[in-house]
Amino acid sequence: MKFNVKITISLKGGMLDPEARAIQHALSNLGFETESLSTARLFEIALEAADEQEANAKAAEMCERLLANPVIHSYTIEVAGQ
Amino acid sequence: MRFAVLQFGGSNCDRDALHVLQDVCGVDTDLVWYKDGLQRKYDGIILPGGFSYGDYLRAGAIATRTPVMKDVIRHAEAGGLVLGICNGAQIGAESGLIPGVFTINEYPKFICEDVYLRVENNTSPFTSLYSEGEVIRIPIAHKEGRYVASPEDLRVLLENNRIAFRFCDENGNVNQESNPNGTAANITGVLGENDNVLVMMPHPERASEDVLGSSDGKKVFDSMIAYIESQ
Repeated sequence: MKFNVKITISLKGGMLDPEARAIQHALSNLGFETESLSTARLFEIALEAADEQEANAKAAEMCERLLANPVIHSYTIEVAGQ
Repeated sequence: MRFAVLQFGGSNCDRDALHVLQDVCGVDTDLVWYKDGLQRKYDGIILPGGFSYGDYLRAGAIATRTPVMKDVIRHAEAGGLVLGICNGAQIGAESGLIPGVFTINEYPKFICEDVYLRVENNTSPFTSLYSEGEVIRIPIAHKEGRYVASPEDLRVLLENNRIAFRFCDENGNVNQESNPNGTAANITGVLGENDNVLVMMPHPERASEDVLGSSDGKKVFDSMIAYIESQ
């Protein structure tokens, strides 16, 4: 079966996010005051797997082996059938 | 004695490292394209600076997953010397040769300037020709050079004297003012578990000849050569 997988990689809580801070500052210059702002990276992947569980496991392995660095990142995985 | 300087797509300090080793230090050195793998045994391997794979995903992340890095890790595990400079430091951290990661600077801009470093450990194969506490001047050029590690890993590094270099001022004071990128505890050079790996964000190869304004970085290469000769 084909699955659409969405992987979101974000910085772990408490990690300094310099890009978010710069963006928040720029928004403030435009008159938008924000209480907090964080950035994340979204990967949308179509892949072949026997079932949803296998699709999830493949995505988790991608995160562990390349997409995330466990020192600073956490990740979430959403799997949907095509 | 023979050194290898690895080239990945986007490496751009490879020829500088080759020049210093070959022309300044007089050591036989091969430039090795990553796809060719390590065809022979080398005494020292340099992971050079640059922007491998455009720093896509994270600096060093993609180069780390190339097959040649398995050769590099085997070489390191067998006690061979590996020096990672700038992007090479990021690759070294991504590869797990040292704990932690080099990530985006506290102020997310590219910094290119001369800085002062304090030699924290002069007992490693990379720093033996320096004095402990010696202050040296070497350039940095990076956007992702802020070292981050877990409190536990930092504790282990400090307790085991695995910090080779810290940013400092010209008098050797390690403080916030002399920290250009927000790196943890001013750390910018980290030794591997067995001292045969050093990763550092500053560029010793750009400070290995007086004509470049400083030759303070040359002792990194000379220390490696002296270590290999002593084996």
